[in-house]
Amino acid sequence: MDLHFGDSKPTDDERAAVDALLGPPESSWEGADRSDADLRWARGGREARDRRDLLLPGLHAVNDRIGWISEGALDYLCRRLTIPPAEAYGVATFYAMFSLGPRPSTVLHICTDLACTAAGATRLCTEVESGLGPGSGVQVERSPCLGLCERAPAALVIRAGETARPAFEDEARSGPKGGPGAQPPGDDGGTSRSSEAESGGGKGRRGRKAQRSTAVCAPATPDTAIQAATAPETAPPEPPPTTAVPQAGTPTLTLLHRMGTTDPTDLDDYRANGGYTALRRAFAIGPAAVIREVTDAGLVGRGGAAFPTGRKWQATASQPDHPHYLVCNADESEPGTFKDRVLMEGDPFALVEAMTIAAYATGAHHGYLYLRGEYPRATARMEHAIAQARARGLLGDDVLGQGYAFDIEIRRGAGAYICGEETALFNSIEGYRGEPRTKPPFPVEKGLFGKPTVENNVETLVNVLPILTMGAQAYAAIGTEKSTGPKLFCVSGSVARPGIYELPFGATLGELLGLAGVRDNLRAVLLGGAAGGFVRPDELDIPLTFEGTREAGTTLGSGVVMAFDDTVPLPRLLLRIAQFFRDESCGQCVPCRVGTVRQEEALHRIVDRAGADARADITLLREVGRAMRDASICGLGQTAWNAVESAIDRLGAYE
Amino acid sequence: MTVTPLGIPRRLLEFTLDGDPVRAPEGSTILDACRAAGKDVPTLCEGDTLTPKNACRVCVVEVEGSRTLVPACSRRAEPGMDVRTGTERARHSRKVVLELLASSVDLSTTPRVAEWLKEYEAKPDRFGPDAARLDEEPRVDNDLYVRDYAKCILCYKCVDACGDQWQNSFAISVAGRGFDARIAVEHDGPLTDSACVYCGNCIEVCPTGALSFKSEFDMRAAGTWDEARQTETTTVCAYCGVGCNLTLHVQDNEIVKVTSPHDNPVTHGNLCIKGRFGYQHVQNRD
Repeated sequence: MDLHFGDSKPTDDERAAVDALLGPPESSWEGADRSDADLRWARGGREARDRRDLLLPGLHAVNDRIGWISEGALDYLCRRLTIPPAEAYGVATFYAMFSLGPRPSTVLHICTDLACTAAGATRLCTEVESGLGPGSGVQVERSPCLGLCERAPAALVIRAGETARPAFEDEARSGPKGGPGAQPPGDDGGTSRSSEAESGGGKGRRGRKAQRSTAVCAPATPDTAIQAATAPETAPPEPPPTTAVPQAGTPTLTLLHRMGTTDPTDLDDYRANGGYTALRRAFAIGPAAVIREVTDAGLVGRGGAAFPTGRKWQATASQPDHPHYLVCNADESEPGTFKDRVLMEGDPFALVEAMTIAAYATGAHHGYLYLRGEYPRATARMEHAIAQARARGLLGDDVLGQGYAFDIEIRRGAGAYICGEETALFNSIEGYRGEPRTKPPFPVEKGLFGKPTVENNVETLVNVLPILTMGAQAYAAIGTEKSTGPKLFCVSGSVARPGIYELPFGATLGELLGLAGVRDNLRAVLLGGAAGGFVRPDELDIPLTFEGTREAGTTLGSGVVMAFDDTVPLPRLLLRIAQFFRDESCGQCVPCRVGTVRQEEALHRIVDRAGADARADITLLREVGRAMRDASICGLGQTAWNAVESAIDRLGAYE
Repeated sequence: MTVTPLGIPRRLLEFTLDGDPVRAPEGSTILDACRAAGKDVPTLCEGDTLTPKNACRVCVVEVEGSRTLVPACSRRAEPGMDVRTGTERARHSRKVVLELLASSVDLSTTPRVAEWLKEYEAKPDRFGPDAARLDEEPRVDNDLYVRDYAKCILCYKCVDACGDQWQNSFAISVAGRGFDARIAVEHDGPLTDSACVYCGNCIEVCPTGALSFKSEFDMRAAGTWDEARQTETTTVCAYCGVGCNLTLHVQDNEIVKVTSPHDNPVTHGNLCIKGRFGYQHVQNRD
């Protein structure tokens, strides 16, 4: 491959950010100064190309440090990894969290998605913007769902700077344990704010720079959001994840029983509360028996597609091609979903253990945790948990002294809903644009790096632990015959106690909303998020099972239950959903790329119309929606019209 | 003497196409079988020299048991499959896809598209006058070829031809996302600042005329481009010893465009800058 580079050079800061990830360059072929030896042989080639998967971490490294990715930085990264600059440019422009042009080092993402809009995000945006004023050094961006729906309206501050390891905001006792949380408290004071103003970053001088810092502000008011944006390191701590679990402490919980009772940063506490008994049992019974247990338990995927987990594991385990990979899909971006975030923040060791079991059962020795880029605390918690497990021999060459090797690598997403699609996620990890692949071949046969791969959602994996500790029979006894086990529901919107609820499959929608304290004047309930569908307030007896929702002509999806009262105009909600799909379409196939645009345009036209005035556009929507559902490559396009269709047909929107 | 490689004989598999039993060699796609059976399935992003990308979705057909429609260009035929090419469902999706494309992209130089729009009764105008379009100015940044992305349907063929499927130059990529996605070189700069080697193999595969010879672009602008008056002469390139076939498109005794036969075992339609663009000396009559 004969690469062509422009004349742009990286600044010292950009170079340092890339080198911190990849190590110093070995020769001028990789971007170092030229030496005589370089004229004698060329290094890199295949070896460098095999590191293509480090492109996304490299882009993150530059963006984390500088706040945006310059031509010189991108070129340098391409030299280091032997990637054509055009391809790297295509990858970098794919993700919403990266900027290829100069921008202030602090970006304030304000969620304008359904739950947050209902909680006043529009006003928040305008007030924050006017409060900050020009020259504030903060860029305000309207963001799709940040996964903080239980504390709407939500805002996320990301300030670029030298890598400061993210602090554990709500844990006073994280200090002596070391690991990523043990940041010296005085490390980011004083000098940080003074140098923050330079928006271009990287003047090449050495010395103290602003520290990278993130802050979550939810529920946000204009004042707290502005304060967090101007000084994220001194922002008030986030409430502990337990606050998102109204049932916390209830002894009957299966998946959430450690919430609020176990310190999520303490491996010993995790073990004292039942941790690692499932993995011990897995080693005792062997991989084939683990798969049998999972199959017998009737576990199906919790990410939305409800595919039988045991069958997926069996299909991967039986592939002769090696190596096998395990991928945990934690790119939770479905509007209204936040269960995986709460699980990772509140019980991170459970996911580490569950991934180890899944890998053991399917013969994988390397696991990837693809974690949403908008989840700083979940990332910090998982990094800490993985480091702890590694230090204690629960990950590594010899897990639990059983001679089985397994390790987990975290890969951060960068703002792309489509990367939650399983094959798009593979492309994203591999350093390509996060576009879905054609199926067949399916991931169990050709997945990550073209190898057999099992990919599971966070909640799915966490369910494996009770299956092994309780036994398949006892687990299958929970829930209904066709939907077994406990299920997490993300309840938000017009309820008194929003949060994650754990209920056995089969509870009705009304029971769940009753638990959450649904308010009067309920107008509609959105099940399954933007890709799901609306139901009416008189349909609260729908059983929350896969078969029950299917029978009722709707979907359970990822477990989103969003309640809307009559203060929110329905056409506005639908327009927001359509905007979401337009923004998040990857652009690969025509029905979705152009169809989502035409859908948004039509909904925009009829936002204030009804009856006969809207009829022509509704016909148009139906025709476009049908083609999107039938002819799109992946689930994004296929479901982009679901919510709108259900609102028209079930709720009588525009009548 | 030309030796045509025959390869290992392939088994035939049997399946049903529009109710009729058909036999197709193992590994062939539904589209191959349709074409062998004389059925006309529209295609845009499919290329005879490239791996199917199935991005345009205009070739979708209905397969019994499949939840969604499947792209004929990339789905391999399987024994016992029941494929229907002309159902209302498949025709509806094709119609809408054509409407979506025609309402957002300039398809005036796309072969056969007018015929399909008529056949499927597509009405691109029904999205209204304010429907978003790809409003891009033609990019004329070199003397050899023009990129007119207002005509681009994002079929990925140029990217594949420039990348690992043929040229290995990797000068272009898809950049951006969704409706804002465009074909671009790094930092969306001019072609002259990129890794482009001007082989023109991207022009060879472009299905819409978004990529065209500068000569063709200028003649179209002047209104003198007339394919009916053109002759095509296939000859052998004289620059080196590889022996690539060139097809010279001649109008009014002037070479206006050079292509290469896609079934040629040497080129598969690909050429280098000299074969593709180095024809001026032929016309130098002094």
